[in-house]
Amino acid sequence: MSHAGASLSGRLPIRPQIPILQAMRASDLLCSRPEGLYCPPGDFFIDPVRPVARALITHGHSDHARAGHGAVLATRETLDIMALRYGEGFAGMMQAATFGETIMVNGVAVRFHPAGHVLGSAQIAVERNGLRIVASGDYKRQPDSTCQAFEPIACDVFITEATFGLPVFRHPPAHEEIARLLKSVAQFPERTHLVGAYALGKAQRVMRLLRDAGHDRPIRIHGALAKLSDYYVSQGIDLGALQPATVDDADRADFAGSIVIGPPAAFSDRWARRFADPLSCFASGWMRIRQRARQGGVELPLIISDHADWDELTATIRQTGAAEIWVTHGREEALVRWCELEGISARPLHLVGYEDEGD
Amino acid sequence: MERFAELLDRLVLTPSRNGKLRLLIDYFRNVEDPDRGLALAAIAGDLTIAAVKPAMLRALVAERVDPLLFGYSYDYVGDLAETVSLIWPASPNTKADRPLSLAEVVERLQKASRSDAPKIIAGLLDQGSIPARFAITKLVTGGLRIGVSARLAKQALADLGSMAISEIEELWHGLNQPYTELFAWLEGRAPKPQSRAKALFRPVMLANPIGDGDLEKLDPAEYAAEWKWDGIRVQAVCEGDLRRLYSRTGDDVSGAFPDLADAMDFEGALDGELLVGSPSATGTFSDLQQRLNRKSVSDAMLKRYPAFMRCYDLLQAGGEDLRALPFLERRARLANFVDTLNPSRFDLSPLVAFDDWHQLEAKRSGPPHPIIEGVMLKRWDSPYLPGRPKGPWFKWKRDPHTIDAVLIYAQRGHGKRSSFYSDYTFGVWSGPEGAEELVPVGKAYFGFTDEELRQIDKYVRDNTVERFGPVRSVRADRDSGLVLEIAFDGLARSTRHKSGVAMRFPRISRLRWDKPAAEADRLETLKALLDE
Ligand SMILES: [Zn+2]
Ligand SMILES: [Zn+2]
Repeated sequence: MSHAGASLSGRLPIRPQIPILQAMRASDLLCSRPEGLYCPPGDFFIDPVRPVARALITHGHSDHARAGHGAVLATRETLDIMALRYGEGFAGMMQAATFGETIMVNGVAVRFHPAGHVLGSAQIAVERNGLRIVASGDYKRQPDSTCQAFEPIACDVFITEATFGLPVFRHPPAHEEIARLLKSVAQFPERTHLVGAYALGKAQRVMRLLRDAGHDRPIRIHGALAKLSDYYVSQGIDLGALQPATVDDADRADFAGSIVIGPPAAFSDRWARRFADPLSCFASGWMRIRQRARQGGVELPLIISDHADWDELTATIRQTGAAEIWVTHGREEALVRWCELEGISARPLHLVGYEDEGD
Repeated sequence: MERFAELLDRLVLTPSRNGKLRLLIDYFRNVEDPDRGLALAAIAGDLTIAAVKPAMLRALVAERVDPLLFGYSYDYVGDLAETVSLIWPASPNTKADRPLSLAEVVERLQKASRSDAPKIIAGLLDQGSIPARFAITKLVTGGLRIGVSARLAKQALADLGSMAISEIEELWHGLNQPYTELFAWLEGRAPKPQSRAKALFRPVMLANPIGDGDLEKLDPAEYAAEWKWDGIRVQAVCEGDLRRLYSRTGDDVSGAFPDLADAMDFEGALDGELLVGSPSATGTFSDLQQRLNRKSVSDAMLKRYPAFMRCYDLLQAGGEDLRALPFLERRARLANFVDTLNPSRFDLSPLVAFDDWHQLEAKRSGPPHPIIEGVMLKRWDSPYLPGRPKGPWFKWKRDPHTIDAVLIYAQRGHGKRSSFYSDYTFGVWSGPEGAEELVPVGKAYFGFTDEELRQIDKYVRDNTVERFGPVRSVRADRDSGLVLEIAFDGLARSTRHKSGVAMRFPRISRLRWDKPAAEADRLETLKALLDE
C-alpha cells in the first residue's frame, strides 16, 4: 500500500512519558457525557450530539456537526460547511481555528490538526498539566487531493474512530477503483453509470479522482451536491465541468455513457429512473463486503472510503505512541482486542449518536 | 489472476444476461492464452484441481490470525472464502515480483497432492492480492457460484467469433483445455479445430408449436406425423470404442443410464426418446421419474425400470453424415438401422397415418398410450438442422391446458409438509427476445409425489437466491431453472395479476428436470388460450 501523506511506518519522536496519575487523570480531562465527549476543566464538548453552550467540531458531517450550539470552535472550512447546511445562524458565536495554532479555553490548551477525512476536517488535541489527549474525529491515511493530509500527533491518549475496525476492511488505492469505473464506462457505453457518493467529501473526491484519471467529460450531479461542490471549487479544488442531472425525457439518451453522481439515498427514488439503463455504482468502504453490495443492488461496488481501514488504524495507533487508546465510533471490540494483543491499554468509549454519514 | 477475479466479481453482481455476455466476451477478447481458456474451463465447471474442505482453510487462517479477531470478522462477513481472502496477512517474505497468473495458480493446484495441498494453497494466498485470494479460495473450495452456466459461456464464445452456438456445442466435447485452438479459430487466425475426439454431440433439431391458423396453410401431403413421446430426448453416438448418450443440450448422461449405454453397439448417431420399460410395454411417465435425478442406479432399479430408446432419426451411419438428406430418406435408413440393434433397447418411433388434419386431430386427442403428449409434424423433404428452424417441424400437443413454467418462489408448507418447501410460484417468459423476464402466473401445491416433493425441496435449498421469511426465491433465468409442467382447468383475465391472467385449479402435472428453462412457455402462449 502506498500513501502520499505522512508515512505510516515508524513512530513519531518519543515524547517524554509523563506519569499520568501524577499530573492528572485522563478521565478528568475528557470524559463521555450523554451530549458527547466533555472536557470538565475547559467546560466544552467535542462533536456533541445535542445543543451545548460551547462545542469544538472536528468536521462538517452531520453526525459530528449539529446546529444550535451557543459557541462553536472549528476550522474555517467546517464553519463554512455548517453555514451552507444549516444557514448562517447555526450557532450563537463562531470562532475559526487555524491548524497548529494553540487556543486556550478556560486554561486548557486546544489545537486543531488535519485529519485527512474531508475538506476542513481536524483532529483536536487537548492538553493540560502535561497530559495530551488527541481526539481524531474521523480520519484516513490514503492520499486525497481535496483535503489536507492527516498529521500524526504524539500524545498520551489517542481517541480513534473505528468505522472500519475489523481486519477484513482493507481499502484498495482509490485510483484503482476509479480505473475500474472508467473501464466499465468504456465497456458499457450505452448505459448511465450512476455513482452513489455522500454529499460532503466523498462526492467531490470521486470527481477529483476522475479528473486525475484523465476523465474530462462533464460530470452530471444531483441537486443535493451542487452547493457543497461549488464550495469545494471556491476553495481552489478544481472539479472540472459539472452539470445538473436534471433534464426532461427528451434528453434521456444524452445520459448514455455519462457518469452521474448523486447521494445514495436518491437512488431508490424516482430521480434514478430517468436515466438510460442505469448501472448502479456505490463509492464506499462498505463495498469491500460483497454481501453489502448485493443487498443494495449495486452492480459495480467501488471501495473508496474517507475513513481509515484496518491497516491504517493500527499503524496510526502505533505511530502516535499513545500509551492508552480510546476506541469509539464503530467496531470498538476488534480494535480493543488488537491493542490488547499489542500490549497497549485500550477501552471502548461509548458515545452515542454517531452514524456513518461519511461512508 | 486479477482479471479473472474481477470477472468473477462483476459476473456475480451483473443481473442481465446481456451484461454477463458482454463481460465474458470482453474477457475472452482481452486476456491471452492460456489464462482465458482456463477461466473458460473454470466457469464451465470443467476445471479439475485439488479440492479442499472449508475446515482446512479455517485451519490455515487460524495459524495466522488471532481467533477472536477472525471470529468477529467471519461473523460480520458471513462467507468463509471472502473472510479468508480479506483477513489473510500480507506475507513479508514472499513478496511477489509479478502478479500471479491464472495458469500458474492452476498448474500449482493441479500438481498438489492431498498432503501438500495446504502448503501450496497457503503459498498462493501469500502471493496473491485480495481479489486473487478470493478467486483462489473459491476455486479450491469448489463452486464459483457466479450465475453463469456452461451454456452462457458457450454463447459468449459464439458471439466472440460471430458463429452459431450450435457450432460451439458440436465441437465442445472434442476440445482440450486451455482451448487455444478454439480461440484461434474464433479470432479467425486458424481453421476450425479438427475433431480429434470421437463420438461428438450433434446439435439437436427442435420443433415449433402449431399456432392458430398454421394448419390451414400446411399441405398434409408434405408432412409425416409421428407420436410425440414424453420421455427424455437423447442422442446416442458410437464411434470406435466410444459410446456416449447425450441429453438434448449436449450433456453426457451415459452414467445415469448404463443399461442403455451398454446396449449401444453400432457405428453412428441416433436421435430419439429415452423411455422406461421395453419397446413392447412402454412405461408411464412416473416410471420414468424413478430413473431421473439419481446419482447412482441400483441393480433393482435397472431391472424394474429398464431404459430403452425410441428412435426418431439417424444423423450418422458409419462414416456417413446423413443430416443433409431429406427426412423421407433418413427415415428409410433409420428403419433399416434400427433392425440391426438390440430389440429390447431400441425400436423405431412409428409414423401416424393420416389423410387430412381432421383425421390427425382425432388421433391426437385419443393417443394409444398415456405417455404420448401429442403429435409431431415433419416435412418429408426437411434436412436435419440444428436449433428450431421455422417451418420444417411442428409439435402439436394433446392437452391445450398444460404449459411449461419455471419455478420462481417456494414457500414452506403446513402440517406434515412444514419442513418442506411445498408451495410453488411459477412463471412464464415475457418481454422481447434477449431481455426475457419471468412473470409469475400462478401457484401450485400439489400434483407431485412425496419423492418428487423431496427432490424439489432439495432443488429449492440448493438454488436459493434470497430468503424472505418462509419464502425463498429460486434461481431462475434463461440458463438455469426448474421447469414445471402445469396443468389447469381454465384461464381467466385478471387485473389483479401482473401477468393479466389467472389460472383455475393449477397443479403440477410433471417435473421437467430435462427441459432447459429458456424453453418454457411464453406469456403469449398462455394468453392465446384466453380466446378459446
Ligand atoms: Zn463520523
Ligand atoms: Zn465524517
